[in-house]
Amino acid sequence: MAHTEIQNILEIRDLKVIYKTDLEVVEAVNGLDLTIGKGKTLGLVGETGAGKTTTALSILKLLPSITGRILQGEIYFDGEDILKKSEHDMQSVRGNRISMVFQDPMTSLNPVLTVGDQIAEAVQLHNPDMSKEQINERVAATLNMVGIMPSRSGDYPHQFSGGMKQRVVIAMALSCEPELLIADEPTTALDVTIQAQVLTMIRELRDRLGTSMLMITHDLGIVAQTCDDVAVMYSGIIIEAGTAEDIFLGDKHHPYTVGLFNSIPNLDIKSDRLNPITGLMPDPTNLPKGCVFAPRCNHQMEICLEARPGVFEEGTHKIRCYLFSEAAGNSKAGVDLNAE
Amino acid sequence: MNPQKVESTTVDNFKRPSQTKEIWRRFSKSKGAVIGFVLFSIIAIMLLAADFIVPYEAAIKQDFTQQLAAPSREHFFGTDGYGRDAFARLLHGGRTSLSIALLATFSSAVLGSALGAISGYFGGKVDSFIMRSLDIFMSVPDILFTMAVVYALGANFTNLLFALTLAYFTNYVRLVRSQVLNLAEQDYVEAARAGGSGSTRIILSHIIPNAVGVIIVNTTLNVAKIILYESTLSFLGLGMPPPQPEWGLMLSEAREFMRTAPWLMFFPSAAIVITAASINLMGDGLRDALDPHLKS
Ligand SMILES: Nc1ncnc2c1ncn2[C@@H]1O[C@H](COP(=O)(O)OP(=O)(O)OP(=O)(O)O)[C@@H](O)[C@H]1O
Ligand SMILES: [Mg+2]
Repeated sequence: MAHTEIQNILEIRDLKVIYKTDLEVVEAVNGLDLTIGKGKTLGLVGETGAGKTTTALSILKLLPSITGRILQGEIYFDGEDILKKSEHDMQSVRGNRISMVFQDPMTSLNPVLTVGDQIAEAVQLHNPDMSKEQINERVAATLNMVGIMPSRSGDYPHQFSGGMKQRVVIAMALSCEPELLIADEPTTALDVTIQAQVLTMIRELRDRLGTSMLMITHDLGIVAQTCDDVAVMYSGIIIEAGTAEDIFLGDKHHPYTVGLFNSIPNLDIKSDRLNPITGLMPDPTNLPKGCVFAPRCNHQMEICLEARPGVFEEGTHKIRCYLFSEAAGNSKAGVDLNAE
Repeated sequence: MNPQKVESTTVDNFKRPSQTKEIWRRFSKSKGAVIGFVLFSIIAIMLLAADFIVPYEAAIKQDFTQQLAAPSREHFFGTDGYGRDAFARLLHGGRTSLSIALLATFSSAVLGSALGAISGYFGGKVDSFIMRSLDIFMSVPDILFTMAVVYALGANFTNLLFALTLAYFTNYVRLVRSQVLNLAEQDYVEAARAGGSGSTRIILSHIIPNAVGVIIVNTTLNVAKIILYESTLSFLGLGMPPPQPEWGLMLSEAREFMRTAPWLMFFPSAAIVITAASINLMGDGLRDALDPHLKS
């Protein structure tokens, strides 16, 4: 298996996650495979409800304890299966080896604690031996790193702008120099010019610290700017994955990916309207038995409605679609999208 | 791990400002808070120095030649039905009343808030268990419950404290639980969890600080309520054993002489009102000082 010599910081195999309430079972992630190489950035793209956040929370084992449940799969982080770790062990992984930046900076800082105290807490938590001076130094250095004057560490979150708050959140996430940074739509809540600044900063820090990254987004522009690899997610399944080149320049694509590209405005071609994909994502409480995209697909075939397609591979490029895998025979569910 | 360490950009002589100092600065800027603080300090000093102002003897020595004397130079606040000096009783009684009230308020706030926080934060079975137990507990009227405890265990300082704590912790449970239910859903709690904080740390350093305003307001209101509650107990003969003075007891004894010696009722009432007001003023000031949005 691949994890005898560890080149991948993260490897998810056949992950299945549901949310179970009294009324219904939401199938949020349905046999997901994902790999992030050490030092690489993977862009996880998909529309709302695709299961991106659920995947991220599974990596940290932070699914809502009452409803969320991981039914099957393995999540290898640096060669160790996260799912076998105890809650106690996970606490020393979270924020220390894997950090997460949430979507909305307005609400991800505690309003009654100063920014400095919040960063200090993050540092102190994973470095219990540090002296007060050392912690202060680290807080100042971390703030400097994200371009905020350390003299502002006594200020409260509401005294900062949205962009600055997100910088603080990123500072906290990076304060312990994690090996993997999960950024869940880190710039969606910011306005466009600030978005660009924050993205540039994330890229620079990532390169400087050598952090691997999972960049969750529904913005293909962000993917193009920041990611080495791309995985396109639909209804809890990776329907296409590959290097950024494969996805942006390759000639074969999953019909959903094609739709995704057609739905962004193209400045080169004059067109009166965008071409959004018609229809909606399938109801996660009642997924189709065949390909999850089949109901919306222009190329729908009979077989698409019968069984989930397997993986078509061409070098690093992987597509889950019958258009490319001639024989339905290799379509058994569970074919590893990332098998080397 | 990585050569490019974060430490490479250290800033010398950097100090994080202390939040406690900042809170104290804001507290001392509020007029009401300062007035409350000064009033309360005066009361506290007088009560603590009671022995030097007027001996305890005067508070319990009965003098039947001096019954129900009006306030005079000899007896500032007059004398009661047994000829005891009302001023001495007020000072010495205040020590008992106020320390019971403050301690009972504090312990009920801590106990109730802790249970409420646990209940709201963990939810599920823990929550059901705590809340159902509380329902059973609350189905017995406070006063009946307190009476039963004091009656069974005997009336003394510790038992009274215990009984009052049990009578008052319940409203904190509900109050704090409802706050925590909402706070636990906040993104910053999720973010703290993603940063590796455990439940205890999250409750103590992220949830409670956000609920503290409500707790403080409730707490300051409760001090006065508890002093009055003591008087109810005294009235039922379940307060501190006589002849020990106590504000509640003084009030209930004064009822008898409301027409003939109204000052007997006036002074303890005034003492309770002033004490309660000073505590409320301080509480409001503290709540505002703790709210960073009001930072000037
Ligand atoms: N706590 C929950 N209880 C029940 N269902 C949930 C819960 N959280 C998410 N879901 C459902 O799981 C599915 C996946 O949600 P998820 O939040 O992972 O999507 P997402 O890809 O992050 O979407 P977005 O782009 O809007 O953030 C959705 O159908 C959502 O309704
Ligand atoms: Mg999401």
